[in-house]
Amino acid sequence: MPADAVVKIVIVDESPIRAAILQEGLREAGFTAVEHISEMHNLLARIYAIDPDVVVIDLENPSRDVLEQMFQVSRAVRRPIAMFVDQSDAASIQASVDAGVSAYVVDGLKKERIKPVIDLCISRFNAFARLQDELERTKSALEERKVIDRAKGILMKVKSLTEDEAYVLMRSTAMREKKKIADIAQSIITAAEMLK
Amino acid sequence: MTDQPLRIGFIPLIDAAALIVAADKGFAAEEGLNLVLHREVSWSNVRDKLNIGLFDAAHLLAPVAIASSLGLGHIKVPIVAPFTLGVNGNAISVSPALHDALMAQLAGDPADPMATAKALAAVVAARRREGREPLTFGMTFPFSTHNYQLRFWMAAGGVDPDEDVRLVVLPPPYMVDSLANGHVDAFCVGAPWNSVAVDLGIGRILHFVSEILVRAAEKVLAVREAWADEHPDTLAALVRACHRAAMFIEDNRGEAADILARPDRVGVAAEVILRTLDGRLKIARDGAVRSSERYLLVGREGAARPDPVQAAWLYAQMVRWGQAKLSADALATAKAVFRPDLYDRALGTIAKPSHTVADGIGAFTGPLFDPADIEGHLAAFAIRHRAG
Repeated sequence: MPADAVVKIVIVDESPIRAAILQEGLREAGFTAVEHISEMHNLLARIYAIDPDVVVIDLENPSRDVLEQMFQVSRAVRRPIAMFVDQSDAASIQASVDAGVSAYVVDGLKKERIKPVIDLCISRFNAFARLQDELERTKSALEERKVIDRAKGILMKVKSLTEDEAYVLMRSTAMREKKKIADIAQSIITAAEMLK
Repeated sequence: MTDQPLRIGFIPLIDAAALIVAADKGFAAEEGLNLVLHREVSWSNVRDKLNIGLFDAAHLLAPVAIASSLGLGHIKVPIVAPFTLGVNGNAISVSPALHDALMAQLAGDPADPMATAKALAAVVAARRREGREPLTFGMTFPFSTHNYQLRFWMAAGGVDPDEDVRLVVLPPPYMVDSLANGHVDAFCVGAPWNSVAVDLGIGRILHFVSEILVRAAEKVLAVREAWADEHPDTLAALVRACHRAAMFIEDNRGEAADILARPDRVGVAAEVILRTLDGRLKIARDGAVRSSERYLLVGREGAARPDPVQAAWLYAQMVRWGQAKLSADALATAKAVFRPDLYDRALGTIAKPSHTVADGIGAFTGPLFDPADIEGHLAAFAIRHRAG
């Protein structure tokens, strides 16, 4: 492959958000020919049609086995495709599997040209995982907030407390019992429902 | 022994039974092991996580263990298999339309693979004359028994699997959908997927693979060779736990089916699992049933003891279909993946389990398998990969 040739990259991912994060990163890094396949249907035919140099796929995608067939049916592809990392590159494989990304690269494509693609994908997969994590945390924080507010309302009504007093009571109970304030709040709600 | 959790990957299939029962019925715990089973979605994932050490052991396609040790299709990581989790267990299912077409051409017994393979050749020729698309067959992985079993069967009838039909890889859970919407005309897959297709009325079981090969090693308990060397006692304990589980399954199929049916294990109805363990499968929606004592062997007939002849046969298929080059070294490497010595050491001196299959394989056609002369053996088959 000539040095100035454009590297064609296909992203196979059912998550549109992660695919967008990857696509954006690859474009910023100067890879212009990036396509995204979200539909697993007829995957091989679509990949053959695009004829990419690199296929990036989520490790937990069941269609990975389908891609492995590309090693085998070279009759159908013009060039054999092999996993990027060669045998000596165990660290890269580890990093890529840890991040949840798997990449398949046309055999013969220079490793120096592929390395930045793979590194970028790994860091973007990690970024996506952090994003997911934050989202989960935000979600559960919101849930906790709701529970605490409800419990506060119950205390205010039952014990004729102000909002601040209700909160302080829950907080000091949580500290004394070494529990999370949300757990105390949940017990108040449960108890109130049982005593209805 | 160890308190360290043993991380083990599996694919939700009935032949993961010994591992699942070893973990869930407490046999592993009694050996001092803490098995943590990870349910996986693809063989590539199981292989990669085993190879880089995220898993200590795995439920693995027997040919994948060999391919990994030979460095075929992926990085080379030597794998050893001290225990065979399943012998046989696959079936070939076809769409009702293909079934009708095959039966219209059939001369002989529909349970005779030679008769159906010849009928397939006639159907393939007729489609070609009519200018129709070639038939498409689904299988689970390039290095899979399913791939080799389909190829062995159709080639016997004169169908070249690389020229006359399309063979495509499909994740097992997608098989049934693909048959329903016409993306494949047939597939070869393990339980429960053939039964699922039959129950939905969209497929018919044409053959149990035990009708094509009497004994075919299907899944193995796989570990990295380096890990096996470092943890001989843990490995022996794991083999014992799997062995006890396999025996339990054979004697308590109903309870085993209930354990496997749990949503985080195989996750299909216990009744369907029991049919598989009993080797008594509905082959059509109208209720027709076919039975075989050999449909799936979990521990019976010495199935659990790895047999290097099986490894040699799988390697011979890789050679036949152009996946591997024939060499004495590669053959030796392939055979060394299957480790009856580790099995025997774990279980102490036991009588060698016997079976009545002359060459250990029992193919329905062709000469007896001779691991000492693979080239000569393969020469007896007219259809093989040209470039091989």
